[in-house]
Amino acid sequence: MKKLSFHPCGNFREDYAQELTIFETWFGRVALAVFILLLMTAAPFFLKSYLLYILNNIGIMAIAAIGLNILIGYTGLISLGHGAFFGVGAYAGAILATRLGLPFYVCIPAAGIITALVGMVFGIPSGRLKGLYLTIATLAGQFIIEYVLIQWDWLTKGTMGITLPSPELFGLKIAGDKAFFFVIFISLIAMTWFAVNIMRSKYGRAFIAIRDNDRAAEGMGIPIFKYKLLAFAVSSFYAGFAGALWAYYMVSITTEPFNLGLSVEFIAMVIIGGMGNIPGAIFGATFITVLNEVLRFATGVLMNVSFVTNMGLNMAPLREFVFGLAIVLFILIEPKGLAELWRIVRSNFRLWPFSY
Amino acid sequence: MDFFLQLLVNGVCIGLLYGISAMGFVMIFKASSVLNFAHGELLALGAFFFLSLVTWGKLPVAAAFVLTLAGCFLLGFIIEKFFLRPLIGEKLIFVIMLTVGLAAMFKGLILLIWGGNLHTYPEFLPEWLELQLGGIYIAPVYSATMIISVVFLLLFGLFFKKSSQGIFMRSVADNQQAALSLGVHVRRVFALSWAIAAMVACMSGIVLGIINGVNVHDLSAIGLKVFPVVILGGLDSIGGAIIGGIIIGLLETFTGGYLSPSLRDVVPYIVLVVILMVKPYGLFGLVEIERV
Repeated sequence: MKKLSFHPCGNFREDYAQELTIFETWFGRVALAVFILLLMTAAPFFLKSYLLYILNNIGIMAIAAIGLNILIGYTGLISLGHGAFFGVGAYAGAILATRLGLPFYVCIPAAGIITALVGMVFGIPSGRLKGLYLTIATLAGQFIIEYVLIQWDWLTKGTMGITLPSPELFGLKIAGDKAFFFVIFISLIAMTWFAVNIMRSKYGRAFIAIRDNDRAAEGMGIPIFKYKLLAFAVSSFYAGFAGALWAYYMVSITTEPFNLGLSVEFIAMVIIGGMGNIPGAIFGATFITVLNEVLRFATGVLMNVSFVTNMGLNMAPLREFVFGLAIVLFILIEPKGLAELWRIVRSNFRLWPFSY
Repeated sequence: MDFFLQLLVNGVCIGLLYGISAMGFVMIFKASSVLNFAHGELLALGAFFFLSLVTWGKLPVAAAFVLTLAGCFLLGFIIEKFFLRPLIGEKLIFVIMLTVGLAAMFKGLILLIWGGNLHTYPEFLPEWLELQLGGIYIAPVYSATMIISVVFLLLFGLFFKKSSQGIFMRSVADNQQAALSLGVHVRRVFALSWAIAAMVACMSGIVLGIINGVNVHDLSAIGLKVFPVVILGGLDSIGGAIIGGIIIGLLETFTGGYLSPSLRDVVPYIVLVVILMVKPYGLFGLVEIERV
């Protein structure tokens, strides 16, 4: 019997259904529904186009970060190639749309599936390797994919880039930030729902078992290699889906953005958001995207301060420095990330004025 | 034939550079099992310290060299003390991402202070290092590199074999708990190995700077090239790093010379994947078999 109450003050679970439930109380469910409703109705109509652009970017990055969180946070496989997979998705979507002329709603999932296959190929080393050796293998994957994207001229047009047609859905043309907002955020909600539910299923439990102790998992009869490949496939599907959305949103793509830096940003999202926490990936994506924009703005302002220009300083590298500092501080001070901070804040409100 | 020989010599020279750059990386891994993604930035820091001391400080080369090495020794201590010590026993991903974060911080700092342009050192290598063997020309910097790498390899070999600190380091790398129970000061060993590794990295940064000029982006790219080298040689073998470096250097120059220049930069990583699949512990690495 769920009541419209805050969290209970302890663990009162009596059966597995309660253990598996996503929302422990109706309060959380209602709060989330209200938040989504507000976001969907208010944001696209009241926000300026620039803010909407940032919001859309957050949505796309959040989809990819959820995928990486399934791989790193739940299965314990560290991938440094997520940015490249994102790029594979973007190119798969762009090529399907321009060469084959497939419609929008086919392109996006198809790009996801193609990326999932590529991800499985680069997940094969996980059959023999683990820990840092696997990380190095995915690092190599990142460079190899980048090379292929640049050099496979007749397919990817190399450094020229590809321009995508503007997408259509149910006879409506999707163009501009407002229309994309709905497409992106409905996808984000669907993908989040999917991820949360995978993690409650047999597959999710197998992933977690592999992360916590792979030898014990093998001993309990989980076919490790199969599940590791599956984790790679699911995670790359998310990356590819997000990449294809991004390609449509950006209209034209080149190989440049899909470098190691992007992969590092994705891992930073997962760590800063909170590993092994699906909403955490969304927090992380928000944090990194907003940080990037704020830093871009701040360096722009600093460039115009006469003192700085007189000194002959170039302030642009400040962004890189602050980005690195954010990662380092989160790891040293709050390794469980923003999701944990959010939990602490919530429970403080709930328990106030008592400490527990 | 001359073309082949010239490629061979170039490959060995470039490979030695990779080998030297990888030595510091291997030392850190050997003592504390940390995969250092900030290695390229450490190389760059060393190169830039030296650059500032020589061109702005107008110090004589030898004094600048010694001062740089001392500075980097201190830097290694600081990195270990403030950033890596809190993470002992933490999950692998945190350690990896911490070094990635450090790399971004260092790169930002270097760009802020010195900018992204190519700097060069003043000429200071003596004339007699210039070698001409038949049709093959070896630039003085390359012969200097060869001498330096051989000297350092010998020094480190002796350090790890003979000195008590070196033996402590090996014992910690082998089994931390056993070393601790036998009275080895493990924390001091960690700090010392980071300091020495940072020093070696700075030295290789200076050598690289003499050859290619000093540029942050190039040097941090070399920090990533180190991965194929150390995987080929074995992550915990210093001699393996040199041999792995030479093999990767030869591979690069031969693909660049005979196949296609664009393939040159990606060949090491293709080799890396193949080695990881066939022989994950490299040529000289310590094999730990675990069948899961």
